Amino acid sequence: MIMKRLFGSDAMALWFLACLLVVTVLVGVLNLATPADSALHVPTYLVALLGKYLCYAILALSIDLVWGYVGILSLGHGAFFALGGYAMGMYLMRQIGPRGVYGDPVLPDFMVFLNWKELPWYWLGFDNFLFAMVMVALVPGILAFVFGYLAFRSRVTGVYLSIITQAMTYALLLAFFRNDMGFGGNNGLTDFKDLLGFNLQTDGMRVALFAASALALALCYLLCLWITRSRFGKVLIAVRDAESRTRFMGYRVEGYKLAAFTLSAVMAGVAGALYVPQVGIINPGEFAPQNSIEAVVWVAVGGRGTLVGAAVGAIVVNFGKTVFTGVLPELWLFALGGLFVFVTLLMPKGIVGTVPQLLDMMRSRKAQNAGETAKPEAPRPAAE
Amino acid sequence: MVISTLSRLRRLCLIAMAILTLAGAGAIGQARAQDVQDTLKLFSGSYDDIQKGIEALAVSGQPTAIEILQALTDNRLLAGADGSLVYKDAAGALHDAATGTVVAAEPAGAKPVRANNRIRRAVEAALGQLTLVSPDPAKRLEAALSVFKSKDQTALPLIETALARETDAKVKTALERAKAALVLYGPGEEPAKLAAVEVIAAQGDQDALAMLAATPSPSPALAAAIKDASDAIEGRLALWSGVQSFYYGISLGSVLLLAAIGLAITFGVMGVINMAHGEMVMIGAYTTFVVQDIIRNSAPWLFDYSLAIALPLAFLVSGAVGILIERVIIRFLYGRPLETLLATFGLSLVLQQAVRSLFGPTNREVGNPAWMSGAFDLGGLTLTYNRMWIIVFSIVVLFVLMVVLRRTAFGLQMRAVTQNRRMAGSMGIRTNWVDMLTFGLGSGIAGIAGVALSQIDNVSPNLGQGYIIDSFMVVVFGGVGNLWGTLVGAMTLGITNKLLEPVAGAVLGKIFVLVALVLFIQRKPRGLFPQKGRAVER
Repeated sequence: MIMKRLFGSDAMALWFLACLLVVTVLVGVLNLATPADSALHVPTYLVALLGKYLCYAILALSIDLVWGYVGILSLGHGAFFALGGYAMGMYLMRQIGPRGVYGDPVLPDFMVFLNWKELPWYWLGFDNFLFAMVMVALVPGILAFVFGYLAFRSRVTGVYLSIITQAMTYALLLAFFRNDMGFGGNNGLTDFKDLLGFNLQTDGMRVALFAASALALALCYLLCLWITRSRFGKVLIAVRDAESRTRFMGYRVEGYKLAAFTLSAVMAGVAGALYVPQVGIINPGEFAPQNSIEAVVWVAVGGRGTLVGAAVGAIVVNFGKTVFTGVLPELWLFALGGLFVFVTLLMPKGIVGTVPQLLDMMRSRKAQNAGETAKPEAPRPAAE
Repeated sequence: MVISTLSRLRRLCLIAMAILTLAGAGAIGQARAQDVQDTLKLFSGSYDDIQKGIEALAVSGQPTAIEILQALTDNRLLAGADGSLVYKDAAGALHDAATGTVVAAEPAGAKPVRANNRIRRAVEAALGQLTLVSPDPAKRLEAALSVFKSKDQTALPLIETALARETDAKVKTALERAKAALVLYGPGEEPAKLAAVEVIAAQGDQDALAMLAATPSPSPALAAAIKDASDAIEGRLALWSGVQSFYYGISLGSVLLLAAIGLAITFGVMGVINMAHGEMVMIGAYTTFVVQDIIRNSAPWLFDYSLAIALPLAFLVSGAVGILIERVIIRFLYGRPLETLLATFGLSLVLQQAVRSLFGPTNREVGNPAWMSGAFDLGGLTLTYNRMWIIVFSIVVLFVLMVVLRRTAFGLQMRAVTQNRRMAGSMGIRTNWVDMLTFGLGSGIAGIAGVALSQIDNVSPNLGQGYIIDSFMVVVFGGVGNLWGTLVGAMTLGITNKLLEPVAGAVLGKIFVLVALVLFIQRKPRGLFPQKGRAVER
């Protein structure tokens, strides 16, 4: 019943979830159950890599929710991602305990190195997993709430909003580079040992993290799907298409925008938290404005305003990045930059929006070529 | 550099003095020459005699005294059997000790003058004092300063003699200060010490402050005087450092103005978000590099004019790239600012990588022409010429641009298109040409900014990235479509940044500014000087 309401007539969502499930199970089984020299074996580094892609996909999803459905182009989502990552990183740092290089039972290595005597207050509680997980959601959420409250209330929109979100992540970048902040400065947090008592380096843990990322992606996807299909989501779309008109109809536009923005930030935070144990490091570089813009491009490539597109775009672009930087590292920036230009100029609907269109065109041309009277195709439902 | 000039001067003066001494054929000169001969004879005697000789030499004003004493410590001083004295210089040539002239051979039975530790100590003390009565004012000044620092009480009588003889005003002040320092630290009476405090306070710098703070066991009255004097000095220093920060702020502001002014055209007037604006700046900087490279290789005498050549070239190159971008990409994205933002960001990556492939990822060296290097002192400030010229240059660019916008046909068309595109079109203005040229103008100005920034920043592919966020902040803060707003915005940001720096540190200061800006935009979303009227509500 619920499933039916969620997916409606759209098969794409089902396909997406099914693919995600199959890939997750397959990768997990092929990594754990096949011997290392088997042709079918999926090496562990690939599992971590795929896990990383899935985290990026969640980030892209969160951007798509605000950009594709509310029309807010945030160039600062990397900041929420990184904040979630730092919260997770702090938990992982506390888990190291006395196994650090300096062997201090409480203080992480970099604090010992900086000659700090006790844990700063904002590190308290991070030895508790539940607390850390709450913070993963809460810290980006609160930042987004305060920032969004100020911005939307004074009706900062469009490009101006993009620029100040960029300034926000830039300011955070500068702040986290400082050693005095107590987040490891330039080097960030790294050298993690284990999560909930399980060693992070084992294959089992890698697969578990990968599966957790897949699960999180699926849940976030369903959540976004539910939101965008709900009455609330319809208002969001109305705000995107005609903000003033929606306001004149009596909706409190600021509230809707704020809710979507905050939720999106929380999702980005969760993505960051899953990302950190899989890559094994979090440093201020994650705050770099370029990262946020890149994430926006994933969405644009996949298809803005199509939830599946965001995830697909993130995975495709990052796969391309992995391949390119391996084979032709000096060409990667050309390719990425070219992608920005190409997508915005020629493929404004992204992969998910454009491919079905092309297929339709090819089909109808084929039909014409076959000499049949081209019967008008049933209008496809707009790709969601 | 200053020191080397001084030492060169000093050497010149020494030579001049030597020549004068040689030429001095008068009776006084002869009498002095006789004294010198007597003094130098002492060096052939016992250690006691040598020490006496050293002390006599120290107050004699003998031009070769320093060379003699240094030669003595290095075992390069030779005494002949007849009591004549020669020294070897560092190159090994022999000089007559009395006159400093080069002599061909050692005197008969020459032996090195021996030195023990007592002698060495005596030489050291003598060298310190000697310079106080040196014929060279620069050397006397240096000696006075060194006494001021060392507070060597034994130098007091000599300082007083030197003071009585001194004619050079600058050296005289330095000597007075040195004397004051000795009095303050010596066993003197309170009134003398109070006067000394005043003399030192008049100096008003860090050294004076340190000297006053370390005064040994001051009496209550003296301590009060010292406190007053220190407070006055500190106040003055704080004022100067405030002025310094302010100047740095204006300097930073002018850099921001240069970087943002092209953006004020493309973003402010056309409403196009050009994330590749920083790369236009970078292209301008690389144009300067190429121009200088060619000049270095083929016409080095042109080097001082390299910037003048680079300016129009940078304008043309960056402007051409801008026009190309406008024709190929931005033209299709008018009215879709967010897409423009993404596409131009992609473009900025491409341009960066292209420059990296062409010129390599490392910093390229762009030299300062002679008229832009160096510094000058103004009150308590040291101002560098390149910063000063950039301030001047940024203002010139701003005003030229204002004139272009207000007084030329192109400017008129540009404003017409901005205000009402369709109406302008029906008046016969080719709006898309105006768009293209406007974008070219904005990009060209960015190129000019690049020429200026190449003088103070590293010319690397990342040059532009560092400015893009700041420039957007300036334009947004100042208010879109208003060049005065850009000026005020840039200066406010620059000065605030630099005034915060001593208080909060560079990074934290910058963060404060960013946060304040974000908050400011919430309050006034259209900046300091918002555009008014219906044209805004498009």
